Amino acid sequence: MTDTGTQSTTSSAPSFPSDRTCPYQPPAGHQDLAARGPLTRVTLYDGRGVWLVTGHTEARALLTDPRVSSNRQNPAFPVLAPRAENQASVVIPLLGVDDPEHARQRRMLIPRFSLKRAAAMRPRIQALVDGLIDTMLAKGDSAELVSAYALPVPSMVICTLLGIPYDDHDFFEACSRRMLAAPTAAESTAARDDLRDYLHRLVDRKEAEPGDGLLDELIADRLADGQVDRDELVMMALLLLVAGHETTSNMIALGVYTLLEHPDELAALRADPALMPGAVEELLRFLSIADGLIRVATEDIEIGGRTVRTGDGIMIGTSVVNRDAAAYADPEALDVRRSARHHVAFGYGVHQCLGQNLARAEMEIALSTLFTRIPGLRLAVAPGEVPVKPGDTLQGLFALPVAW
Amino acid sequence: MSALRVSIDSDVCIGAGQCALTAPSVFDQDDDGFGLVRPGREDGGGDALVKEAARACPVQAITVEED
Repeated sequence: MTDTGTQSTTSSAPSFPSDRTCPYQPPAGHQDLAARGPLTRVTLYDGRGVWLVTGHTEARALLTDPRVSSNRQNPAFPVLAPRAENQASVVIPLLGVDDPEHARQRRMLIPRFSLKRAAAMRPRIQALVDGLIDTMLAKGDSAELVSAYALPVPSMVICTLLGIPYDDHDFFEACSRRMLAAPTAAESTAARDDLRDYLHRLVDRKEAEPGDGLLDELIADRLADGQVDRDELVMMALLLLVAGHETTSNMIALGVYTLLEHPDELAALRADPALMPGAVEELLRFLSIADGLIRVATEDIEIGGRTVRTGDGIMIGTSVVNRDAAAYADPEALDVRRSARHHVAFGYGVHQCLGQNLARAEMEIALSTLFTRIPGLRLAVAPGEVPVKPGDTLQGLFALPVAW
Repeated sequence: MSALRVSIDSDVCIGAGQCALTAPSVFDQDDDGFGLVRPGREDGGGDALVKEAARACPVQAITVEED
């Protein structure tokens, strides 16, 4: 049987994605698929067959190939879950478009996401982190770490950067959760529209009373002279807000859990704080929370001994790619001393994470400060009782009960 | 170690900062966030991480030529 890129064909290949059982390990099913070669066929929930890429070399090649598209308006673009069935109903800037549109949008934002800008944010991040830990310590000897720490850190940081009032965090965090986890497209769309309406009102307000955030800069420098229109600006804000807090919060919670479950690695980090930047890189590789980057081929591509046809869907299985034995020695081991460079946890190619330098700063400060200031930190439940997010969304924990 | 000629294609750069993160003695980012080769370091400055930095660039904007 030959699979084609058309959605009407029902594939008999193994289903994808599976759910993680251990929060820091790729689903067992994905590891098995990797044994079939760097590219293999899998079946999405809607019966469509697509390519799963598990090889490190092949993943990097495809993510930089101009014949591979991120354009969600393409009817052949794969749908990962029912909530994404409406994905073509609105243009998502940056991650949902190709160059040159993508490059135009990204270039507006690059100056605010440089290494120097991220370094300049560090004192502010440190102050936010210390404040949250003060509150946790004042409340007693236990906490639910996602809501008390892992979510507020990046949420406060992205609010500061964009110029969004953190007082509104309950609202936008709930919208993000519904957008990314709703069971149906209708619910996901409603959440997105609520957030979009909120940001439209915020942009209106900012035009009257400018502040000092990135949104204020874009309004003054780009909206005023027509380089960006209002809807596009609002959707860029929406993307930055959601991507800015959801991803990093998952990494912080999962990073804490993973280090608590690897006491030798945690001890090494405590003994030598200079290992922290490398440890963050290793956690990014090891955890690969954006586990399944979606693309569509716009031309035939020969790769890894296979032919990817025009219109074929492509999934980059980042958690498996980042454990390719051809790229990393002893890839299944968490090793904070290794050079985890060249992982694809932030993606690769023109769409590689815009906020990666800020994310690194947040993770370094959040992890090092937590383990330094609360040296007795431990899980307050058995490891198997920590609720793990399903495989068709960003990977992470719904809650992380800890005590000290 | 032979001398190198290191350059960045600024039309291709997406400002990910991977070069400046990997080999900060040779690479930096300008005020707009785009990668640049530090003045006087176009020969790689003997930094063993120059080729690593080129490989880390997500859009292959860095060229490293050996003289």
